[in-house]
Amino acid sequence: MIEKNIPAILPLIFLAAALFIPLLGVWKKAVAYPIAIITVLVAASVSVYGFIYVLLNGTIRYFFGGWAPPIGIEYVYDPLASFVALVINFIALLVLTHGYHAVNIDVKDRQVAYYSVVMLLLAGFNGMIITGDLFNLYVFIEISSLSGYALIAVGEKRAPFAAFRYLIIGTIGASFYLLGIGFLYFMSGTLNMNDLSSILPFIKDSPTILVSLILIVIGIAIKMAIFPMHGWLPDSYTYAPTTSSSLIAPIGTKVGAYALLRLMLFVFGIDYFSKDLQVAELLAIFSCGGIIYGSIMAIAQKEIKRMLAYSSIAQIGYIGLGIGLANPLGFIGALLHLINHAFMKACLFLVAGNLRLKTGNSDISQMDDSFRKKYPWTMAAFTIAALSMVGIPPLAGFFSKWYLALGTIENNAWLYLAVILISSLLNAVYFFRILEKVYMKSPEKEKSSVNDQVDFNSEEVKPSMLMPVIALAVGLVVLGIFNVLLVDQIYKMMPAGL
Amino acid sequence: MEVFQTYNSVIPFYAVMISLAVVPLILLSDKNPNLREFWTIAAAIIKFILVFTLLPGALEGKIASYSILEIAPGVELALKADQFGIFFALIASGLWIFTSIYSIGYVRGNKEKKQTRYFASFAVCLSATIGVAFAANLLTFIIFYEVLTIATYPLVIHKENKEAISAGRKYLLYTLSAGAVLIAAAGLTYSYTNTLDFTAGGIFGGLNLSQGSITVLFMLFLAGVGVKAGIMPLHSWLPAAMAAPTPVSALLHAVAVVKSGVFGVVRVVGFVFGPEVMQSYGLNNILFVFAGATIIIASLIALKQDNLKKRLAYSTVGHLSYIVLGVALLSPAGFTGGIFHIATHATMKITLFFCAGAIYVNLHKENISELNGIGKVMPWTMAAFTIGSMGLAGIPPINGFVSKWFLGSGALQADMNIALIILLLSGLLNAGYFFPIIHRAFFREGIGLEKYKEASMMMVIPIMITAVLSVLFGIYPDMFFNFFEIALSVSSSVMKGF
Repeated sequence: MIEKNIPAILPLIFLAAALFIPLLGVWKKAVAYPIAIITVLVAASVSVYGFIYVLLNGTIRYFFGGWAPPIGIEYVYDPLASFVALVINFIALLVLTHGYHAVNIDVKDRQVAYYSVVMLLLAGFNGMIITGDLFNLYVFIEISSLSGYALIAVGEKRAPFAAFRYLIIGTIGASFYLLGIGFLYFMSGTLNMNDLSSILPFIKDSPTILVSLILIVIGIAIKMAIFPMHGWLPDSYTYAPTTSSSLIAPIGTKVGAYALLRLMLFVFGIDYFSKDLQVAELLAIFSCGGIIYGSIMAIAQKEIKRMLAYSSIAQIGYIGLGIGLANPLGFIGALLHLINHAFMKACLFLVAGNLRLKTGNSDISQMDDSFRKKYPWTMAAFTIAALSMVGIPPLAGFFSKWYLALGTIENNAWLYLAVILISSLLNAVYFFRILEKVYMKSPEKEKSSVNDQVDFNSEEVKPSMLMPVIALAVGLVVLGIFNVLLVDQIYKMMPAGL
Repeated sequence: MEVFQTYNSVIPFYAVMISLAVVPLILLSDKNPNLREFWTIAAAIIKFILVFTLLPGALEGKIASYSILEIAPGVELALKADQFGIFFALIASGLWIFTSIYSIGYVRGNKEKKQTRYFASFAVCLSATIGVAFAANLLTFIIFYEVLTIATYPLVIHKENKEAISAGRKYLLYTLSAGAVLIAAAGLTYSYTNTLDFTAGGIFGGLNLSQGSITVLFMLFLAGVGVKAGIMPLHSWLPAAMAAPTPVSALLHAVAVVKSGVFGVVRVVGFVFGPEVMQSYGLNNILFVFAGATIIIASLIALKQDNLKKRLAYSTVGHLSYIVLGVALLSPAGFTGGIFHIATHATMKITLFFCAGAIYVNLHKENISELNGIGKVMPWTMAAFTIGSMGLAGIPPINGFVSKWFLGSGALQADMNIALIILLLSGLLNAGYFFPIIHRAFFREGIGLEKYKEASMMMVIPIMITAVLSVLFGIYPDMFFNFFEIALSVSSSVMKGF
């Protein structure tokens, strides 16, 4: 039955596409984009189908090569994994739709290679989400990271340097992770997540396990850009081409967060994570640092992509905080924010790309009232995404903050609660600054008279660039209002004992 | 009347949504002002009628309730048209009809820009206000409360001059911070009581919480709703917001937004904490101190204002605290008087603001020192102004006298003579800052007024209607809407058993 193979289909279809694009691209360049978009479309559809199937029929376990775990590599496609896979494939579809024009402009001659690497990136992400084997997770982390470095390096002048920095730091992170699982393997004899979770209670008192947990957490935290290991992020997001940052920013760090959540919840277990080792507390504290640091730095930025990059650091801090709270509400908040932020950031980066395309620059100081008339839909979507980031109900961002707030209250962690609330206000500062400019600041050109009835006709971007933006904004409204459907599913997914 | 039955009805939902539904129509009718204004008036009338149909049932103790959907696990986005909710909804929607007519006269007379944005924002604001009125639980309340904040922003910054933009920033700073604090308060409440439903008499009964935690929780709530309720020292956004066009100041900052704030205060005191808890932990004393201080200080500051709207703003701040004082007394008459003051102050203040707007449009004068002799030029307007002022000072037969009488009785019932003194003193101060205006208008000679005449009918008629309503409600408080009966009934349902 096809369904049984879905866990394998998702990463493999991208790997196949990554192979075919250069092969066929040598013959005819124009073939690259169609193959890419069709692959993503198929993957998104399969994700939808898979999600529904898994909701009705339960988890699908796939053994690669027919080898049963713990010898073989196992993929675990449960409702949670299927939903996250659905979200990222859907966002990838929207971003690639937008990319039809964006890539043409940003990456003129190397499109074949570009799309091939994008496929590799998506293969890496899908693999990371569905895999049930620790080493396989490492393999896919590396696949997505290396593709990420390449996608960033294609950008403007400073991009290769930013990518190189990311490469060094990212490789260090991945190596930490590898060391960590190496120790685990040494102590337990297995690399299978499920297996490990049953063996761990017997060996958990050993210092080796403590070291491996710390190494794993640090390794993934570097990938997630948790403060203070966030240094690679601002430059990378700023100088990368629009499509790259729209793929990596919303999805890349989130998949790392998802992997961490999976490991903490299902392999190590909440008790070990928080009580025996207090790693959770450390994660929470550093995440709070990231939240405040990211929000404040975002206010100071003059260029919109850099502002969004620092904003991402803050948002990832929320996710890290949720994980660090180590209670059900915190995890739900973290997961919900993972999904919400993917939508919000994708929308914001795509809008930034649209504006950059139309005006030639990303300066915030150059934005003015004419934007409202020239790009009404783009700015409307931006407004919705901005309001969601600030946490205005009934948009999605409010609800993830609500659950996180409830999570902090449950732990009596008043400092964290204050951090969440204060950072929402800081978010309001840097977003409303742009909204003020776009809706009220008069353009300073000698041609236009004081009267603001000057005719700026709508020069809205092309549909292929506009539709994804609007779809994401609408998605934020839907995710907000119907968040309970999602949260109920997450509740069911929580392992027993929570 | 102690037995309340709830029944399922979609009408509250329609009442909230009708003005949201016309927003696209308003936006599309941008080029056709008469059609655009038609949508606003139609929505206002339909909204009022919908709320009005719920009144008879409510008077018999039947509460229409409608649950929209589950918005968080265990908490629903739910509407409940209880008597207090209908009370507020009737006032807001009824006065919106007049404000809309007045607005048309005002924006056209002043040739304001961006009228479409103006009317569309108003529609969203009223949706949010009715949502606040009918909110069945704290989370629904917060959601609509925050939407109200965002929807009023475009109206505050409408004129887009320096003063307006700075007022807008101050407004957002205060209201968004309050929103964040309110979220914390709601989260804490949920963790203590496991429910967020508004229940007459409070939801804390039977729980044994420490003095410290209840006091902190109350202070958080107070800060959360106190900003919009203009409780000092959180009031300064209100005078600043006078930079908005006068109809905005009239409806939103005399009726909808500020009354949402005091509505919140009454809900918190009567339906979350409840009189027993308030008294046993001494919370009513805290509230009393803030309210009393606000009344006196605001009235004193009003004396010194030369700008007419600013004087009216400080007067509003003072009068809002009449309502807070009333509920802080925790006596039946006090509660009744406080709730009834919501209605009486609304009609009187809106009259005064309408007059201020008419003066501005006609004579372009904003300062009281320039208003010599205008009584001869605008007799109807100033007559209405006189009625409103007398009512606010507490002079019969205007409705202000009735609410003040009950507030005074409540003070005696609660054995708090100092409250009575505050009320009497404030009445004198009211006279002190209103009567000079009337004196100038009618008894001084104006200079250079020959070419001016009375304001346009679109403005004068609403002014006269609200002034006449103030008198009618003073003579027969239960006329048309049984406002007084509702106030009595709400008060007794909250005070039951106290």
